[in-house]
Amino acid sequence: MKIFNIIMGAFLAVGSSSIYAAPITELGSPEGELNIVAWAGYIERGETMEAFDWVTSYEKSTGCNVKVKTAGTSDEMVALMNQGGFDIVTASGDASLRLIAGKTVQEINTDLIPSWGTIDERLQDAVWHTVDGKHYGTPYMWGSNVLMYNTEAFGGEVPDSWNVVFEEQTLADGQSNKNRVQAFDGPIHIADAAMYLMYHNPSLGIKDPYELTNEQYQASLDLLRQQREIVGRYWHDAFMQMDDFTNEGFVASGSWPFQVNLLRPNVPISSVIPKEGATGWADTTMVHADAENLNCAYLWMEHQLSSNLQSDLAAWFGAVPVVPSKCVGSELLGPEGCKINGIDNFDKIYFWKTPVASCKTQESCVPYYKWVTDYIAVLGGR
Amino acid sequence: MNNFLDSFSNFAFRNKNFIFLSFLIIPLLWLGVVYLGSLLIFLGHSFFHLDGFTGQIVYEFSFKTLLELFSSPANIDILIRTVVLAACVTIGSAIIGFPIAYYMAKFTSPKVKIFLFIAIMLPLWSSYLVRVYSWKLILAKEGIINWFFEKLNLEWLLDSILSTPVIGGPSLSISYIGMFLVFTYIWLPFMILPIQASLERVPNSLINASHDLGANKRQTFYKVILPLALPGVIAGSIFTFSLTLGDYIIPYIIGTSKFFIGQAVYTHQGTAGNIPLAAAFSLVPILVMVIYIYCAKRMGAFDAL
Repeated sequence: MKIFNIIMGAFLAVGSSSIYAAPITELGSPEGELNIVAWAGYIERGETMEAFDWVTSYEKSTGCNVKVKTAGTSDEMVALMNQGGFDIVTASGDASLRLIAGKTVQEINTDLIPSWGTIDERLQDAVWHTVDGKHYGTPYMWGSNVLMYNTEAFGGEVPDSWNVVFEEQTLADGQSNKNRVQAFDGPIHIADAAMYLMYHNPSLGIKDPYELTNEQYQASLDLLRQQREIVGRYWHDAFMQMDDFTNEGFVASGSWPFQVNLLRPNVPISSVIPKEGATGWADTTMVHADAENLNCAYLWMEHQLSSNLQSDLAAWFGAVPVVPSKCVGSELLGPEGCKINGIDNFDKIYFWKTPVASCKTQESCVPYYKWVTDYIAVLGGR
Repeated sequence: MNNFLDSFSNFAFRNKNFIFLSFLIIPLLWLGVVYLGSLLIFLGHSFFHLDGFTGQIVYEFSFKTLLELFSSPANIDILIRTVVLAACVTIGSAIIGFPIAYYMAKFTSPKVKIFLFIAIMLPLWSSYLVRVYSWKLILAKEGIINWFFEKLNLEWLLDSILSTPVIGGPSLSISYIGMFLVFTYIWLPFMILPIQASLERVPNSLINASHDLGANKRQTFYKVILPLALPGVIAGSIFTFSLTLGDYIIPYIIGTSKFFIGQAVYTHQGTAGNIPLAAAFSLVPILVMVIYIYCAKRMGAFDAL
């Protein structure tokens, strides 16, 4: 019992210290170290490919040595941050609100980030990092899923609708699309179906593809069951999808700009964001409530906006910089890079978030764990 | 202090069991607490359930999750799909593995035997993922098998095989046939080696005696060799069967994206946080294996151990 009390006491002490912490108003001298939790490929120091390096310059100018812990899923990121010992995290839309609600991250003072004003205005107050007017992070990078298609199979025409992956039809090359299209095998793909129905079946009243009532949800599942008939294999891994488009005769699928960029030299491939819109992701750098290296963390948030990070990471990942001015003048990204990766499509993008039962746009919604069970059933042909 | 050490060493010398236990306690704790303990806690979760509204785990004893597992047709599909494929892979491995093991045990010189051993073990030295990925390329629509059939003008044959309902598909790598081939390839060594070991132990004198008593080759095989080698076949089948039951990587790479038990466990506990259902799913292979091993024991598979 004693031990239990001590442990609980420790938790409470940690909790109380962060609850009342207001953001700092002045920067001190750098601590010499920065611990980051990040997605794989997000923090590159030229070790994977020499040209892609946005850490060395930061270390040189600030004296903060960067240590990175990569995480594979949002759940993993939340767990690592709860464990503690890290200063910042590159959180996606589904993790960021959880971290704020759990008081794991602290409010930041945007005045201490000189380049804050250069951030895309549409992202400065985005709902996934701003709560009650308080900022809990600095936008890092965003990107969208795209419809990747084989230009030969489509006879040089650009498909303008996701229907090529949802409904059986004859393509421009005279063959059916059956067994030649793919879809993502994660349950979040249900949102893509909901987004499609939002456009084509307004009577369902879908307002947000991540917030579905039971009726809207069932309609989406029906669409996915129909899709199962024409999808030979779902994709799960970026490199396996690239192999499928090269060796397996697949011609259309929802995909990431990453695959499109890598495939384009060898396969007649192009991509488009169709009229229904697309799903996407937006990541935010957030600071741990008990960050030991707070000054280095602030310096990093400035660095991420002002350095070559934005343009080079966008090129590396097939994503879009949160600082639009970084789109020009980068060799790695190229003059058309931002356009290819989708900067003009911001308004058509439904950013990824975890479906929860208590939702804003409907009375009550189908939660994520149901999505998982039902999507497995759909893949199994049920 | 010296006194204490003296009496301690005397005590330890007189009580052999004490020494024995103190050496064994660490591995026993490892097996008991770290391994079995965590496994039992995990499996115990199958008696909890997920609250339908909040998605939180409800820590109350109930059979809701197990009922959910066995009442949903999608879940039953997953169970049947996995068990049937595991059985087919086991039978396939036995049919391919037995002649190889028989040849190794009875007809080779020691040098050739060592060569064959290495040939069988060699694939196990390279990464499992690399081997599965290369099979994906071999089986692909533009892979070598298709190319081979094309060169022989036998595409019609491959097409007609692939148009078989249920097991067929648009290409070899997107069908149950492909999954069967890859699983059989991956687990075959685990079938050959136990069979080979059990065939080694069949005395040649028994085979000679069988011939002397007038049995022809076929009779000798079915009445003498096979029964004596059966424990090896069953030991091998336990490997191939249980390994196929639990695998979740091959179904992600080869096949039609329909889920298998391993994937269901992975997805439910990993991204969905539905640990009760994941635990219930993982109970099934354990139950199937218990029944299987019980039957094998009844058949005398472990008598020779």
